[in-house]
Parts: sequence; structure tokens; C-alpha cells
Amino acid sequence: MLTQDKLLEMYYKMVLIRAFEDRVHELFVQGRIPGFVHLYAGEEAVAVGVTSHLRKGDYITSTHRGHGHCIAMGVDIKGMMAELFGRKSGTCRGKGGSMHIADFEVGMLGANGIVGAGGPLAVGAAFAAKYRGSGDVVVCFAGDGAQNQGAVLESLNAAAIWKLPLIFVVEDNQYAISLRSLSSTKLQPRISTARSVAERAVAFGIPSVTVDGMDVLAVYEAAKAAVERARAGEGPSLLDCKTYRYYGHFEGDPMVYRSVEEVEEWKKRDPIKLFRERLVRGGVVEEVLDDIRRKASLEVEEAVRFAEESPYPEPSEAYTDVFTDPYY
Amino acid sequence: MSELREITFVEALNEALHQEMERDPTIVVMGEDVGVYGGIFGVTKGLLERFGPDRVVDTPISETAFIGAGVGAAAAGLRPVVELMFVDFFGVCMDQIYNQAAKMRYMFGGKIKIPLTIRTTIGAGLSAAAQHSQTLYSIFAHVPGIKVIVPSTPYDAKGLLISAVRDDNPKIFFEHKLLYGVRGPVPKEPYAIPFGVADVKTEGSDVTIVAVAYMVHEALKASNELKKEGVSVEVIDPRTLVPFDKEAVFKSVRKTGRLVVVDEDYDRCGFASWVAALVADECFGYLDAPIKRVTTPTVPIPFSPTLEKEILPNAEKIVKTVKEVVKKV
Repeated sequence: MLTQDKLLEMYYKMVLIRAFEDRVHELFVQGRIPGFVHLYAGEEAVAVGVTSHLRKGDYITSTHRGHGHCIAMGVDIKGMMAELFGRKSGTCRGKGGSMHIADFEVGMLGANGIVGAGGPLAVGAAFAAKYRGSGDVVVCFAGDGAQNQGAVLESLNAAAIWKLPLIFVVEDNQYAISLRSLSSTKLQPRISTARSVAERAVAFGIPSVTVDGMDVLAVYEAAKAAVERARAGEGPSLLDCKTYRYYGHFEGDPMVYRSVEEVEEWKKRDPIKLFRERLVRGGVVEEVLDDIRRKASLEVEEAVRFAEESPYPEPSEAYTDVFTDPYY
Repeated sequence: MSELREITFVEALNEALHQEMERDPTIVVMGEDVGVYGGIFGVTKGLLERFGPDRVVDTPISETAFIGAGVGAAAAGLRPVVELMFVDFFGVCMDQIYNQAAKMRYMFGGKIKIPLTIRTTIGAGLSAAAQHSQTLYSIFAHVPGIKVIVPSTPYDAKGLLISAVRDDNPKIFFEHKLLYGVRGPVPKEPYAIPFGVADVKTEGSDVTIVAVAYMVHEALKASNELKKEGVSVEVIDPRTLVPFDKEAVFKSVRKTGRLVVVDEDYDRCGFASWVAALVADECFGYLDAPIKRVTTPTVPIPFSPTLEKEILPNAEKIVKTVKEVVKKV
């Protein structure tokens, strides 16, 4: 049973992700952030619902759309924002940027610029967890697009044969850039009621479930079973979470492939709105939730200030950190 | 006192793995047929029996999954030694090597380490044709973040593999197929040979030959031939290409005034060209002749023995090339 504190912490993480992403969107439009940025707004229930089960020693692998996973795992948002600004005080000292934020201390093994590449890394981290016998688990977040990468399919097989403590979380946000997931993944009509890569997992010998990815408590419940199974040494699972990204694939995406009506339709089931309604129905007073929202906004503003006041790295730092020794 | 025995290159590698795994329980070995079979060339023989299936893992034929698993396991604190059966297969798993393993430390601001060793085989001469004969180390040396190790003797094989396993960075360790049966003196105890320290195989005054892996042996053969004709050759084995002991090569070229680089990798944009460029930059005033390369022409490795022999570097071609540069005095 979820305690009220835990529920409010989940709500806080969801609104913090949203506040962070909305602000990054503005900053990008204003030309204050360089590079490629992929925003997670709309998908908060997935990251938060799953990572709420994780503990120290567990790991996740992430994607190019990684800010939400970072925040859910507890990566400091000041460092993240400074990283997006390319500053020395960034999580990765300005060397990674949006697509490469990692913080192993909190179990975040890295966002990734290569679609599907987190799969094999997650297999390795789960192998290490199993080898140590620590009961630690690994979560591999990957989108619907990644499900057709060989790396992911090979990883499903490896996780299954080695019975690894690994949870594959599919974030089906309906589009691989512009290609609808309906068009990218053919499923067996015989068993398909809802189109789902969950059916593929079964073929690999991995139990799976399709989840409403806009409902954080539904994700939480599904993840609970998968994480418990992994911790008990019973092997991998797959959660296929149906969700939606509010912004384009990347900042600057003209979004010619979907209609405003479609976006509005999904926003009616906004994960934060849904969760807030549930909390209020459960007796949480609105003011408490408003305070949490205000706190998140202030933290994001503080992060922006921190980032903009931070210095850029010295040019000489381009040549360090290739290896553990100075050679490059 | 160290006990020196004559053992083969493959036995030296096998001994290094046994001794390191004995010492460090975070070392795990994975790859295709590394367990029950003992590795297709026998390098991992006996490891499964000694260390068990948790540490010696036979993988499915899924290079992306198991090379990537090596990267992920290294990120999570293990020290994996992963076997890629033939370097030619890197095409099916390169992303995990050059975009993941090689770049993680840098991308993540130098806060993490990836102590991963990938062992793989190189080399032609067995009529294994275009997809099992290549000597592709240049392509890995080209990419930032990967150390490139290329031993030529059983002694170096053991000492460099031990250094590789202990090093905290991603490395590719190249084993030439024609070297596996080569015998040489190897101490029984574990020992580490530092990276980036070239070995001067034979001293000379007329011409410097930089040669890699199996070609070190061909260069030494050529050197013996040339000695009979009064040409004094200095043969240098860099042993690691990344890091590369530039100073040893510059020092030698300043003495001899001539350089021939022998490299079994393809000629175009390859290791030999890079060494030639470095020496041209640093030692131009010392050169008495153009720098020459003896390499594999940039064509796929052919199957038929007569065709394969045509393209591969060998002692005869090295002798011919050295004579050209010496003549130019």
C-alpha cells in the first residue's frame, strides 16, 4: 500500500519533470540552449511509476529522451540544467549535453544518442547484479522505435536465457520520430487485441503486460510485480506502456505527422492531471499539491540561474577524460 | 627467481587469464564458445572447469548483446574480458564498441570508468577469405577512447593481456592467428608490460622498420637477409598502437634516416600512413629517403592461396622495399 508521503513524492517528481521540460522548451525557443533536445513531457507517469520501486544499487539505462528518467532517479537538476547549457558545472562537465546525461551514483547509467543501444548495456548491468547476488535490478527504458532495433531483440533473448533481473520498459509514445508505432511494428492478428510489443516478449519467454502509461498508479502496480520478480531471481519482464509525448520528437520538429486534435485528445488524459484528481479524491488538499507545484517551479528557476551563472569549461578540457590516464 | 619456460602464444594468453581470474573475482569471461569449447583457438581452455559458468559464459551468437553486456557489466563494476571471435565480425556490434564503450567516460565528464577488454583475432594467411582474414586494428585506433594492443610474442602476449585486464579503460586486444602456435620464453609468474612502450627487437643503423604483430617476425626475417648484404636494420615493435610510443620511433629514425612501416592492415588511411605522417612531421630534416609502407593493398582478402600471397606483406617484400630506400642515399 502506498503511503501518502510516497504518493506526494511521486507527484512531486512528475511535476518537477514537467516544469523542467516546459522551461527547457522555452529556453530552447529563446536560443539559450544549444544542440539537440528531446523532451519527456507527457510521459512522466512511466518514469516515475517504474523508478518509484528502485533502491540504491539498482540501475537504469535511458534514451535520447532522458531528462525524465534522470529526474525520476534523483539526478540533481541544477547539474542537468548546467549540462544543457554546456557549462562546466554540468552533470557531465559540459561534455555530454542533453543526450548523454549520466550519474552512476544514483544508478543512472546514461541517456543515449543511439536508439536501442541501452538494451545491451542493461543486460550487462543486470549480469553484474546477478553475479554479485545483491538482489539489485536494472530497468531498460526504450521507446517504441527502439523495439525494431536488433540490439533490443538480442537483449531480450540474452536476458531471458540468463534469467537476468532486468525490466524492459517500452515507452510507446505512438511515434518513432514521424513513423506511427502502428506502422513500424507488425503483430500477430491472431493474438492481438491491443497492438503491442508485449506479445513479442512472450515469444522470447519473457512475461509481459500492456499498461496505461498515462496512469502513474497503473504503471506503479505493473512495475511492482516486475521488480519483485526480478529481485527474487525469477528473471526479466517487459512492460509496454502506452503514452504520448507533448512536444515534437526534438525541439524544432514541425510535427507534420500528427494533428493538433490528436495532441489535445491525449492531453485530456494528462498523467499529472489524472494523478492529481486521484490524490484529491483520496483526501489530499489542493493547497498541498499547489505548494508542491510551486516548489518544483522555483527549483527549476534556481537551476536555470545556476546554469547561466556557471562558467564554460576551459578549452583545454576538450582533451581530458578520454582515458583514465592523460593520453588521448 | 622467475621460471622461464618455452610456451606458445596461446598458452601464454591462457595462463594470463587463469592467473588474473584467480587474483580478481570481478573478472568474467564471455563470448561465443569460450566455455565448453575453450575458445575456437583454445585461448580460454580450462577456464570453465576452473571458474565455473557464472564467470565463464558461453553466449548466443549475438555480438551486439554480449559485447554490449561487457560494456554494461564494466560500467556496473565488473572487469569483463569478452571474446569477439574474428575482428571481421565487428560490423555487427560496432556501435557498442565505438559509440558506447569508447565514449562513455568522456561523455559523462570523466566520472566513470569502463574496464573492458575485448579480445579478438586478426590476420590472413590461412585462406580464410574476405570475412575471416582482416587485420583491422587501424579502424579502432582511429576512434577516440579505445586502447589498441597488438602483441607479437608469447612474452608480450601474457604481459600485455595482464596489463589490459588491470587497466581501467576499454581496450581491444588483437591476436594474430598465425602467432598462436609460436613458442617463446615466458615467466611463470604474472607480470605486466606497460602500454605505450615499444620494443626494439634488433638494433641497426641504416634503416628503421616499424612492424606490428605477425609482421614483426617477417621484418626480423628480412633484417637477417639484409644483414648478409651489409644493410643494418633496426626493427621496432610498438606493441600497442594506442597509446603509441612515438618517441622510440623518432629516436630511431633520427639515427637511421630511413623508415619503412610494415602493417598487415589495409593501406588506405591505415596505421602505416599515420606513422609515416608523424615521422614526416617530426623528423623531416633527418630523412635521407622517402618513407615507405609495406602493407596490404586496399582490396578484400582473396581466398585462393596464390591471390592471398600476392597481396600480403612478407619478408621478401620488406627486403625489396628496404633496398629501395637504402639505394637512394
